[in-house]
Amino acid sequence: MPDSTIDRRDLLTQLMPDPDRYLIITGLAGAARDVAAYTSETDNVLTLGGAMGAAVSIGLGVALSAPDEQVAVVTGDGELLMNVGALATVASMMPDNLTIICIDNGCHGETGGQPGHTSRRTDLALMADGAGLPSTLTVDAPAQLAGAAKFLTEAPAPRFLCVRVQDGPPAAYKRDWDLAACRLRFRQAYLDRKQAG
Amino acid sequence: MTMTTDRENWSKQLFDQFREANVSLFGYVPDAGNAALIDMVDAHNETRSVLLSTEEEGVAICAGADLVGERAVVCMQSSGVGNCPNFLGLVKGGRFPMFMMISMRGDHGEMNPWQYPMGQAVEPVLEAMGILIYRVERPEELEPVTRAALDAAFTAGQGVALILSQKFLGAKAF
Repeated sequence: MPDSTIDRRDLLTQLMPDPDRYLIITGLAGAARDVAAYTSETDNVLTLGGAMGAAVSIGLGVALSAPDEQVAVVTGDGELLMNVGALATVASMMPDNLTIICIDNGCHGETGGQPGHTSRRTDLALMADGAGLPSTLTVDAPAQLAGAAKFLTEAPAPRFLCVRVQDGPPAAYKRDWDLAACRLRFRQAYLDRKQAG
Repeated sequence: MTMTTDRENWSKQLFDQFREANVSLFGYVPDAGNAALIDMVDAHNETRSVLLSTEEEGVAICAGADLVGERAVVCMQSSGVGNCPNFLGLVKGGRFPMFMMISMRGDHGEMNPWQYPMGQAVEPVLEAMGILIYRVERPEELEPVTRAALDAAFTAGQGVALILSQKFLGAKAF
């Protein structure tokens, strides 16, 4: 279990005080619930309920296809590790509008809290660094969150932030499970905003 | 006509059709069957290739492009199809359009036994995930089959696989 004093439920207000400035793609489970509860699932947010390992790559597809937008992927350590090679793909493309935030609780919270690799020897920021991302940072104490928020707006992108958190529960929130409806809502809202300039 | 020139010709045909359909992003895991196409993508100033670590990333990237109204395709060898099914759930569950270009191994004339298990499972695996099969066996089929697959994906919003068979590509000589 990560040696962290950060409660994940206090996290996003400090890291993303203005979530509307991003197009946000989340991984499944805890990260999805945290973001959905924080934003009330506004139409700039798409949360996954399956396809574990897809979040970074969906975010990359959005970032490359909408270069004028800021794109944030918010996911968990298990989801990220399931397709961690996607970090190398991101580094090869170097999208300057992509931010990846990993909420690392060191366990598979959704399935009962079974330990994950990051509770043992794995360091995700080092992996992102090794993949070639230009900016990486790990934080594990509330006092570091102001610096992390600054990192998210100022460090050269693509940037990777690993927030090690306590293994407590994510936000309680009942999400919209209809992916087809969520896709249409996200897509139409983006296209409407784009047309309105 | 040499083999290489032949491949460049049909790859150009494919590239032109992708361009006509406004495809701008091409995810790929390198394969002899998509090498010439990706060279053309890289040489053109309105198209971009994305080198993938594994094929399912390309499925997710296509979904991401669609979320902001752009069109992407993913190109892979048949062996990579086995990496994709979980992410292809996005197509059935989210009605994302999806275009996969698959260059076959483990098919007509294959001499590497390692290629047969996945090669022969390509179509059942894709069908299990609701992906429509558009298979090219002969040169004259390439243009109409590709057109049908592009229309199904990007006009009708379906998940499709354009399968370039080994009969069409020519089996790799060992």
